[in-house]
Order: sequence, then C-alpha cells, then structure tokens
Amino acid sequence: MPSLGADMDEGTVVEWSVAPGDEVHRGDLIAAVETEKSVIDVECFEDGVVEALLVPVGAKVAVGTPLAVIGTDGAPAPSAPSAPSVPAEVPAPDGPPLPRATPPVRRFAERLGVDTGDLAGTGPHGTVTHADVRAATRPAPAASPAGGRLRVTPYARRLAAERGTPVEDLHPGTADGVVRGRDVPAAPPAPSAPRAATRAGADGMRAAIAARMTRSLTIPQYHVDAVLEVGAALDRLRELNRRAAVSARIVPAALFLHAVARAARRVPELNGHWVDGAPVPATSVDVGVVVSLRGGGLLVPTIPAADELALPDLMTALREVVERARAGRLRSSDTADAGLTVSDLGDTGGHAVHGRIFPPQVALVGLGAVVARPWADGDLLGVRPTVTTTLTGDHRATDGVVGGRFLHAVDDVLHDLEEWS
Amino acid sequence: MSPTADAAARDLVRDALARVAPGPDLDALADTDDVRDVLELDSLDFLRFVEHLVAVSGVRVDEDDYPQLRTVADAGAFLAAAGAV
Repeated sequence: MPSLGADMDEGTVVEWSVAPGDEVHRGDLIAAVETEKSVIDVECFEDGVVEALLVPVGAKVAVGTPLAVIGTDGAPAPSAPSAPSVPAEVPAPDGPPLPRATPPVRRFAERLGVDTGDLAGTGPHGTVTHADVRAATRPAPAASPAGGRLRVTPYARRLAAERGTPVEDLHPGTADGVVRGRDVPAAPPAPSAPRAATRAGADGMRAAIAARMTRSLTIPQYHVDAVLEVGAALDRLRELNRRAAVSARIVPAALFLHAVARAARRVPELNGHWVDGAPVPATSVDVGVVVSLRGGGLLVPTIPAADELALPDLMTALREVVERARAGRLRSSDTADAGLTVSDLGDTGGHAVHGRIFPPQVALVGLGAVVARPWADGDLLGVRPTVTTTLTGDHRATDGVVGGRFLHAVDDVLHDLEEWS
Repeated sequence: MSPTADAAARDLVRDALARVAPGPDLDALADTDDVRDVLELDSLDFLRFVEHLVAVSGVRVDEDDYPQLRTVADAGAFLAAAGAV
C-alpha cells in the first residue's frame, strides 16, 4: 500500500485491474485504493508479471503493506513499497459473508467482475465454483456488446449507481472487456446529475483539511505580498494562443504556475519540508496545486519536477491533473509529496489569497485574480492587468526577506522571455 | 436569425456546458446569466467548454471571441452568426 499523501496511514483496495498472470509495465494502473479523502488509481512501479494479489478487494491495510507480488525476470519481488512487515495478516473484507461461494471463489469472481449472486452454482449444495466463474466470463463480450453480459467490477457498479449511469451504457476501457471504476463517466451530462454522488468522500475530505490546517496553525508563519504587472506577459500569451488550436491554448494560471516553479528553483529555501526542527530542502521542484472541487472541498495533487517542464507541457500536466482531481480519480504519482504549494483563486475569484502552509512544507504561494489597476511606469500612469501574488513562509525555516526575494523572482520569470521555453 | 436557429444554437451551447459543469446550476441557468459566474467555471473549465463548443459546432473560436461567449444567449448568437446552425 503506497503512501498516497503525507497524511495517509491506511487505505482500502476497492478494485484490482490486473490478475495473476497479467503482464504489467511501469505506470500501468493496477488497482484503485480508497483513502479518507478520495479514490486513487495506483500505478505499477515496475515491469513484470503479476504472480499474486495479496490484498483482496474491500480490505483496509496500513501503508507499507505489500499489495501484490510482481515477478521480474523470474525473481518475485513485492510491488508495494518495501515494508518491513510480512503480509501475514490480511484482514478479511468487511460485510456479511455470501454463503453461495467460498472466499477464494468470491475474490476470483470480483477480480473478473462477476457477481457470484448471478451465477447458478454447480458445486455441492449449489455453491459457485471457480469453474462456474470462469464459465461466466467465457463469452467475453468485449467485441460484441450485444451478446453476453457485460463484466463490471462491484466498485464500478457502485459508482455507476451513485452517478445514475445505467450499467448497460458502460464500456470497458481495457482489452480484457471488464468495466472498472475509471470507465464510469465522471459526471453524466444528465440534468439530474446528483451532486451528492461527488460528495461521497466529502466528510472525510473536510476532516482531512481540518486536521491539516489545524496542524498548520501551530506553525509561526509570515506573509509577504507583491502586486505584479502582467500586461506584457499576457499579451505574449495571447499571441501564442492566437496561432494555437483550442486544445493547445495556455491559460494564464499555467503561466503563473510556471513562474512559481522557476522561482522556486532560484530560491530553494522555500522548496522543502520542516522535519524534526530543521529544514530539509527538496531535491526537485514538485509543486502542489490546490484544486477546488465542484460542490465543495479541495484536493492538492502534485506536479513533479514542474520547473523542468516547458510551458506547453506544464499546461498539459495542469489540465490533466485538475481533470483527474475533479473526476475524483487521481493517480498515485499525483500524490507525491510536494515541496511547496500554489493556491490560485482563478480569474473569477478574490484579488488576493493569504493561505496557510500545508505542513510539513515551508511555503505556500497565493495567486489572486487578474485585475486591471492603475500602474505607474516611470512618471506615467496607465491601467494595466495585475496579479497580487502572496507568499506564506514558515518563519522557523526562513524570514520575510526570502519571501520577498521569491516574489521578485516570480516577477522576473514572467518578464524574461528566455524563461518561457 | 430565425427563432428555430436561435434555439438550436443555444442547445449546442448548453450541450457543451453540460460536458463541463452538469448539474442543478446548469438546469437553473438563464439564457442571459453569466455562465462563468453562475457555474463557477475557472479558466480550465472555460477552455474545455470552448473545446466542446468547437467540436459540436465546427465553428472557429479565438481567444478574442471569448467575451462573446459570456451568456448562453450571446454564445448562441455567436454560433448562429458564424453559421453553425
């Protein structure tokens, strides 16, 4: 069980996307894990063949518990982060036992997306056997949706029910023809799209935000602000976008994020963690991005090595991660520990945000809306688009002068054309 | 512009909005409401809205045209004028 966020202690496997014998590659989505805040798609760490799934669907296990065994070149190795403990005790899934099939058969069925309740058992006393489950999957309806029944994992069924999507309308996203949670549309374009469904994890998310911000309150924090003139930068962005297809256009939020990431490289004191009474600088600029969710709450996925991405690539990364966050399907790589976090209110929001640090990070950058303000250029007064940029710093790690230097660096990057590539 | 073309263009706009921000707010959205304010669309949401609008209508939409997409009625008129319906 990987750590999917600094505040995660345990997680529940809600879905397996692979079965023993499957070939997997680094980056493949192999399982879905529910944390107190959301469901996260877990990516495989290595290439190999799945030898065994150690944790059944429905089981809640501690971070560090091996989830599966993946054999690489014949040498089996746990795919989960190396943990000192042996997977000796795997808690049984919650819920009342189904008497019609033994637990191994049920797990086998769940993995294949078969509901044992739908099967006619051929075993003793009408119990469902492995052979029955296998037989049920044989018609493999992937190619001909008309014939045979669609295989849908229990978790995907639950999501579909929550989101009001008829199960018949689902389409498998992978070649094995099984519909999984991520194949269920995030929000149906139906007028009655239930807002409540997206709030399924809202209480847990609220509690997580409350815990983290309360912890933040114990940190002595300072604030520095700067109003940045962004007229030339936005003109240049408009010029780039004029030649671009809609899908290749870059929004100002991505440009500001780019400037923040490059500034963090120049002022490394603000990129890192405070651990056991000392600052621990980050080795790369991994930026947390605050994503507010429709219907309340927020998620803070991470864009790793954001300073190394060219602006168009950062735009793509931002779009994708925000879409995944809003769809409630972040990936494990989105949950890497960030070295600093950016909160951008967007162009319909407030003029300035003075946020609180996300511990154990030592800085939070706030970006307000783009606002036209009177601006002195030499002796001349004009009206220019501006952005109020704020920095909240951990005063144990740095002083306000460092925060000021950081905001100056953000301004520099925005005006330095060489930094745009 | 004929009333039918107008209604059809507005339907295209609402279809595109439904891909980005489905729900009761969209159902309650008046044709003259500011879509970004009422639906709380950020710049990434708005970009997706424009993408869908281009996909369903085939009309070219430049950034300079964004102010003409402020409301369902405005956007419908924009599409109709561009010959989408």
